[in-house]
Amino acid sequence: MTVGRLRVLALPLLSGAERRTALHQTRQAGVAGPNNRMKKIEAIIKPFKLEEVKDALSDIGIEGMTVSEVKGFGRQKGHTEIYRGSEYTVDFLPKIKIELVVPDGTADGAVAAISKSAKTGKIGDGKVFVSNIEQAIRIRTDEKGDSAI
Amino acid sequence: MKIHSHFKLHSVLSYILVSVLMTGLLVMPALAQPEPAAVAGAVAEAVKEAADEAPKYADMDAFAASPGYAVFTTHNLWMMIAAALVFIMHLGFATLESGLTRSKNTTNILFKNTMIVCIGLLTYALMGFNLMYPGDAFEGRLIGFGGFGVGVGSGTEVANLTDTYNAGYTYWTDFLFQAMFAATAATIVSGAVAERIKLSTFLVFSTLFVAVAYPITGFWKWGNGWLNTMATPFYDFAGSTVVHSVGGWGALAGAIVLGPRLGKFVGGRIRPILGHSMPLATIGVFLLWLGWFGFNGGSVLSADPALVSLTLVTTCLAAAAGGVAAAMTAWTVLKKPDLSMALNGVLAGLVGITAGADQMAAGSAIIIGLVAGVLVVFSVLVFDKLRIDDPVGAISVHLVCGIWGTLAVGLFGALKGGAQIVAQLKGILSIGAFTFIFALVLFLILKVTMGLRVDAEEETEGLDIGEHGNHAYPDFQPMAEK
Repeated sequence: MTVGRLRVLALPLLSGAERRTALHQTRQAGVAGPNNRMKKIEAIIKPFKLEEVKDALSDIGIEGMTVSEVKGFGRQKGHTEIYRGSEYTVDFLPKIKIELVVPDGTADGAVAAISKSAKTGKIGDGKVFVSNIEQAIRIRTDEKGDSAI
Repeated sequence: MKIHSHFKLHSVLSYILVSVLMTGLLVMPALAQPEPAAVAGAVAEAVKEAADEAPKYADMDAFAASPGYAVFTTHNLWMMIAAALVFIMHLGFATLESGLTRSKNTTNILFKNTMIVCIGLLTYALMGFNLMYPGDAFEGRLIGFGGFGVGVGSGTEVANLTDTYNAGYTYWTDFLFQAMFAATAATIVSGAVAERIKLSTFLVFSTLFVAVAYPITGFWKWGNGWLNTMATPFYDFAGSTVVHSVGGWGALAGAIVLGPRLGKFVGGRIRPILGHSMPLATIGVFLLWLGWFGFNGGSVLSADPALVSLTLVTTCLAAAAGGVAAAMTAWTVLKKPDLSMALNGVLAGLVGITAGADQMAAGSAIIIGLVAGVLVVFSVLVFDKLRIDDPVGAISVHLVCGIWGTLAVGLFGALKGGAQIVAQLKGILSIGAFTFIFALVLFLILKVTMGLRVDAEEETEGLDIGEHGNHAYPDFQPMAEK
C-alpha cells in the first residue's frame, strides 16, 4: 500500500522532467528510449461488455483506445441458428477487439481493469494479449515514444 | 439452456392457446353474420344502372354543372388515391426483395424493381391496356386488341372523362389504376429469380411478360373475355389469380429453368442463404400491406362507402390472420418464430383474400387468412425440398396462396357453391397453364439465345459488381479517379 501511494505521489513530481528528457532523446534517436517502453494490450471481449470495459479503462486514466468488430471462436465454439426452417452452424461469433498502447507502468493496471470489467464467469468471456511496442509516433506532431500515445 | 427451452415451449403453447381462443371469439360471432351478398349485389346493380342511364352531356362544362359531378369526382378521387397506393407497392417489393437477399446483390434487385415499373407503365400504354381491355367487340373471346397507344381524342371528352365512361372513374384513371397492377405481376417474378439471373435477359423477359402474357389472361377475366362470360363466371375480385398467380407461375418457371443459387443445396442438404436486412424486408411488407388497401379497395372501382369499407376490413383481417398463422406455424413446426415467415404470412393472407375481398364476411376473411398463413410456411418448405430455390418465397406467397384465395371464393362468402368452385378451377387452370407455358418457353428461348444466368464467378462476387459495376453499400471504399 505504502509503495503504491509513494508511486502515485512520486510519479508526477519526478517523471515530468524525465519524460521531457526521454522525449528529447527519443526524438534524436528516433527510437523509444529505456524510459518510455510501451505495451500493446489487445483484448477480445463480449460485445455487450464494451461500455463497462471502456469506463473501467477511463477510470484508471487511459485516454485512448481503438475498437473493432471482429468474429472468432475459441473453446466456446460456434452455435446453431435457424432461418426459414433450415438450421446452420455459426462458427465465428461476434466479438469486440479493443487495442490500446500504454506506458509500461500502466499495463498491469489496464489489464486488471479489462479482466475485471469484461468478466461474466461464463465461457466466451474472451482473452487479453500483451506485447511490447517498438515505437509510437503521433502523426500531427511527430512526437515519438510514450508521449505520442 | 433447459430452463430456456422450457420457457419457450411454455410461451409457444400459451400463445397458441390464446390465439386459438381469440380467433374463436372473433370468428364465431362473425360467422353468424350474413355474408355481404345482398349489399354487394345491390351495389353492383346500382352501379350498372347508373352506367346504363348515364346522362349524355353536351360538353364538359355541362357535366361540371350537372348534379352528378360531385359524386363522380369523389369516386374518381378515390380511384386515383388507390392507384397511388398500388404504386407504393412497388417500393414494398423493392425493399422486401433486397432485404431477403444478400447485400452484394442489392443494387441489382433495386435496379430490376425500378425498371419493371418503368417498363410496365410504358408497355401498358403502348399495348397492354388495349390488349387487356379491347372493348365490347371482343366480349367472351380468347384474345382481343383495341389498337396501340392510349389517348382521348378531341370530341370524345364527354364519352371518356365523365360518368358516361364509367360511374366510378375517367378513362385516364382507368388506365392509371390498371397500369399500376400490370407491373406487379412482373415484379413478383423478380424475387424468385434474384441473385443469379442476367439483368439483360430478365429485362427482356419482364417486358414480354408484362406487355403480352399478363394482359391476355387479364382480358379473359377483367376485360370481359371468355372466363367472364361463362354461365357461372370465374370470379377474381382484385387478382389472386389474374395478378398474383400469374406472377407466381412466371416465378416458378424462372426458378425451375434457372436452377438454385450456388451454395443453396450442398451435398443433399439445404443450406440457408440469409437475407441481409430484416428491417428492409419488414418495411417492404408494411408498404405492401398499405398498398393493398388501394389494390383491393380500388378494385371496387368506385368509392362506394359500403363496399370499399368492407373490402378494407376483410383485407386487413386476412393479412393479420395470415401473419399470426404463419408465425405460429413457424414457431411450432420450425421451432423458432421466424420473422421472414411471419412477413410471408402477412402477404399470404393479403394474396388469399384478394380474390374475394368484397364477397366475404369478417369471419370468412379471417379463416382465409389463417389458412393462407399456414399454407405459405409449408409451401416454402416443400419448394426447398423440391430444390426449387426461391429467395423471397414469392412462389409460395403469390402462386400457392393465389390459388388458395381463388378457390376460397367458391368455399366461403356470398358466391360459395359447387358451380362457383368449378368456375374458379377453370380460371386457375386455364390462366395457370397459359402463363406457365408462356413463361417456361420464353425462359428456355432466352436461355439458348441471350443466356439466362450470370457465370459462377459473378454470382459469387455479387451481381452488383458484375452487372452494375458498383456496390450498394460502398463504405470504406476509397474512390480514386482513374
